[in-house]
Amino acid sequence: MEQVLANGVYLGAQYALIALGLTLIFALMNVLNFAHGQLYVLGGFVTYTIYGQLGLPYVVALLASAVSLAIVGAALQGFLFGPVIRRSQREESTMLLAAGIAFLLDAVILLLFGEKQRGVPKIVDGVLNWDFRVIMPYDRILICALAIAFVAAFILYMQYSRTGRALRALAQDRIAAELMGVDVSRYSMIGFALGAMLAGIVGGLLVTITGVNLGMGGPTSIKAFLMVMIGGAGVISGAIAGGFILGMMESIGLSVLSQYGDVTYLVIFASLMVFLAIRPQGLMGKPWG
Amino acid sequence: MNRRSVLASLVLPLVASLAIGAGAQAANPKLKIGFVGVTSGPAAAWGISNVRSMQARAVWLNEIGGVKIGGKTYDIEIVTFDDQKDPKRAIAGMEKMAQEGIRYVVGPNVDDGAAAVRPVAEQNGIIYFPYAFPKALYSPPASNAVLGMVASYQSGPAIYKHLKENKGVKTIAFISANESDPLSQRADGIAAAKALGLKIVSDSVTYQVDTTDFTPVITPVIRTNPDLLVLSGVAPANAPQIIRSARELGFKGLISTETAQDATVLMEGAGKLADGFISVGGASTPEIASDAMKEFVARYTKMFGEYNDESNTKVYALEYIIETLKANPAAIDDVKAFKKTMDTFSAPNPYMKGDAKLKYVGSSSFGQRRQIAVPLVVNEFRGGKFETLFVAEVD
Repeated sequence: MEQVLANGVYLGAQYALIALGLTLIFALMNVLNFAHGQLYVLGGFVTYTIYGQLGLPYVVALLASAVSLAIVGAALQGFLFGPVIRRSQREESTMLLAAGIAFLLDAVILLLFGEKQRGVPKIVDGVLNWDFRVIMPYDRILICALAIAFVAAFILYMQYSRTGRALRALAQDRIAAELMGVDVSRYSMIGFALGAMLAGIVGGLLVTITGVNLGMGGPTSIKAFLMVMIGGAGVISGAIAGGFILGMMESIGLSVLSQYGDVTYLVIFASLMVFLAIRPQGLMGKPWG
Repeated sequence: MNRRSVLASLVLPLVASLAIGAGAQAANPKLKIGFVGVTSGPAAAWGISNVRSMQARAVWLNEIGGVKIGGKTYDIEIVTFDDQKDPKRAIAGMEKMAQEGIRYVVGPNVDDGAAAVRPVAEQNGIIYFPYAFPKALYSPPASNAVLGMVASYQSGPAIYKHLKENKGVKTIAFISANESDPLSQRADGIAAAKALGLKIVSDSVTYQVDTTDFTPVITPVIRTNPDLLVLSGVAPANAPQIIRSARELGFKGLISTETAQDATVLMEGAGKLADGFISVGGASTPEIASDAMKEFVARYTKMFGEYNDESNTKVYALEYIIETLKANPAAIDDVKAFKKTMDTFSAPNPYMKGDAKLKYVGSSSFGQRRQIAVPLVVNEFRGGKFETLFVAEVD
């Protein structure tokens, strides 16, 4: 059981970080970013290129993933989402745009990095073996700790920094924030950049464990939406809770239900349907939006 | 605009079009060969190695003047369609090939896609070369599909027997993705293991095809501590991750698969942890590769930057199509003639040293010759590259 719980915490930490970026973008701009998984994949490939191919230190690669994805996020907001939101009141316009960007990024990633699964050298060797009750490679422990640290840093940044307060104000009431002097277009761009940066950081972290390939984007987006739905759309604490709940459900399901075949996600989806029927706004979301 | 410039604007396009027309007349007619398979997503490496093999070989053949079939010389044109591993798209792809009048198609890469395109291929008189293993595709009354590689039920028993006799394997566990190809390969593997008297300690664990972290998935399998862990039908993208998770959880036994893998992907994804991993290799080894195979590898690498070991197998399908058409030029528009020729066809194998032959096999597995003969090469991964464990033949 200890192994199952350890796997759940590890999965939960990475899932929470993935969901944070998605929920931030949704909270700020009411955009369902279907390209979030592709941003994660792009972050993984940046780290792969800098750390795996060029041989530069991992920290540099992770930083490059964060910065480059923040730039991509800001560009997406500045040149695509921003103009579309200004010109169209219909929510499906941004949804279609996000889906189109996902396809575009898939094509760009295929051109730039190819179709193959890519991986990088382990950042830490060795395996923790606690009396065969918990077996966990040190690199997983490190990545889990880093993911938790990034989640904590993000919360502190949102809570105490001037930018974080402006972003929260924007998320709570866009018009009121504007009336109070918040530069909406500037902070929208910062918010989108921050969300994309989080996706890039997770990609950079996880490429050391799971590697990265072109096909990971879509399924990652689906899981991220799942977490956001569990926790409540647009709620930071909800995304974190959703990530850890999904990670734990996955770990327990894969262990307890393994003899019945691949039914874990069937059970998770069925449970989610029942849950959403009872509480459609998720654990921490508000029924009014 | 003066009279001279008006004249020039009328005459120049006319001269240009005449020149282009004359050029077109001088070029060889095109022989279109199709590809319908997966070139995107986690299994993209399977289809892309097909497409790139066909394109590299086509460029090479066209460079040396084309292919002479029945007194007429053709340039080879490869028409490709990405089915995204979706049977519905595979059908659309095969219909596209039919609309373009293409008679010979390589692919699809997976079981459900190959089964889905069967009615389209049969109705439109298309011979296709799937990389899928359901026997019904190749056994009568089906007759339009030709297996393009060695099937898992042919390679699996050979691998298990070798490991039982040489490595003392007594217990075996299976893990597969929850989709048709890997599940059917797992069923074939279980049957083969039972026939060899191996004890099966785990055969129910499956994973979603888009799984990215395999540690929770594989933990229950590792607890059964098998001598041999078989990754049934594992995609190249997933193999290094499963191997890495298994080894990091302390698994000391052997790991094998009946699908082809990529050395670079294994090295990057699992590093030294993949040492000893056994897989079916591309149909070539340094010991049996001819000069033509070496040139093919060099050309492919030059064209696409990186070679894929699977292309040692994937290079064969186009070669079989062209050589069979050479043997019976009537088959260029008549697949019945092609089928008739398959029973007696034999030509020198350009990719192997010695007097190896291209020939259609499969009588013992399918009751008719609906499989191309390629060497069964079983590899062991070590130090970043594949080493040949053994080479066998299949009928």
